[in-house]
Amino acid sequence: MRAYTPKDDVQKKSYYTDRFWVAPQVAKSEVSDDAVFAADLAAIKAKFDVLDAYIQVEQMVVVINANDNYSVLEFLKNECEYTQLSEMSAIDWLATEGKFEIFYQMLSMAKRKRVRIKCKIDEKEAIQSVEKLFRSADWSEREMYDMFGVVVNNHPFMKRILMPEDWEGFPLRKTYPLQGDEFAAWYEVDKIFGKEAREIIGPENRDPARIDRYDTQRFSRLGHEVPFGTDISQGEPDTPLVYQEKEGVFMVEKFDAEKSVVISDRQR
Amino acid sequence: MAQHQVNYLKDGGLPVALTTIDKVVNWGRSNSIWALTYGLACCGIEMMASGASRYDFDRFGTIFRASPRQAELMVVAGTLTKKHAEFIRRLYDQMTEPKWVISMGSCANTGGMFNTYATVQGVDRVIPVDLYLPGCAPRPETLQYAVMMLQQKIRKESASRAQKPKRLM
Ligand code: SF4
Repeated sequence: MRAYTPKDDVQKKSYYTDRFWVAPQVAKSEVSDDAVFAADLAAIKAKFDVLDAYIQVEQMVVVINANDNYSVLEFLKNECEYTQLSEMSAIDWLATEGKFEIFYQMLSMAKRKRVRIKCKIDEKEAIQSVEKLFRSADWSEREMYDMFGVVVNNHPFMKRILMPEDWEGFPLRKTYPLQGDEFAAWYEVDKIFGKEAREIIGPENRDPARIDRYDTQRFSRLGHEVPFGTDISQGEPDTPLVYQEKEGVFMVEKFDAEKSVVISDRQR
Repeated sequence: MAQHQVNYLKDGGLPVALTTIDKVVNWGRSNSIWALTYGLACCGIEMMASGASRYDFDRFGTIFRASPRQAELMVVAGTLTKKHAEFIRRLYDQMTEPKWVISMGSCANTGGMFNTYATVQGVDRVIPVDLYLPGCAPRPETLQYAVMMLQQKIRKESASRAQKPKRLM
């Protein structure tokens, strides 16, 4: 198993840097370039604080205050014809800014436009649920809680959706190791057999390339199978495919490879 | 009705040899392996194909059952997630002795390509496995061969009641 390296600083310190690599940036343009978006933005600005607004890939991005999220979405739904919430989730910026970014992707079928509403919250802060406005937010908010640990207020059923309910940790945070922390590594053993079974069952083998040529307890060579635990350091005999014991099977017809029919016509 | 009197219990004249009982019981067991439907991921599709008409598992006496109480073979076909581990254990415990497990495909054997926090790295961490099938996914022919190997294994076992159940620990 590869040694575990802490990933708490994975965003601050990259493990490999190419001096000539420039991070690609999606070009931003002014909202005034698009008449429909400009009108929508003016309407939002009249009622709410807008921290930033721009157009990216033909979609308007509006950054608002986190405690306005319900009223802005309500306004967009009722007044601006953005009637669908096609996606929402969080982005982990804890290492660089100490904040989560929450985004709501809205679609207007009437205007054929998409708008993304963004806001930032602190790690321990909760956000208001928009489930009353859009039913699609129900599971999305639960998934956001499950994966990032962002608590959503006024949600009708605030529970984990994908991971087991007694899971510890939030897997999509950047600090969560891909192969799991100690809790994850022993989850099934602890739950089924209890913690005292850890020594008997042993740690997980996380190295998929691990092969021991002479280990006949865990590996066998196809066509050269030997009984469990045989010493094969001197080489092993060929073992042809055997379907039945040599002396035949009680009350079962002897399988004759010569007489068996091989179907070569796939359409038969 | 026999004319002569044989006191079987007293004279040690039991008309059937014990080895034959073994053989008869094992013949019955090995040719009626009812399997629990246990498709967890893509390997499950190959398992279903093995049960369907082209490959026809019924001719081996292997019939898929939807209840663990009617099954003696569990073909773990697919990726076992950590969330699901306790359920597979519970279903395994509900099967009646004697019972066997075939671990089908890389995922069930070792976790396969899912080297992540959410996948059990091999079902043998949770339940005792008799046969490991390599492949991603193994073809139905491979599963058929595995069942025939399992039949051989069953025929080698003693049919005695004192047979010790397999335990991980
Ligand atoms: S071994 Fe391959 S085919 Fe089978 S469940 Fe895993 S990924 Fe799917």
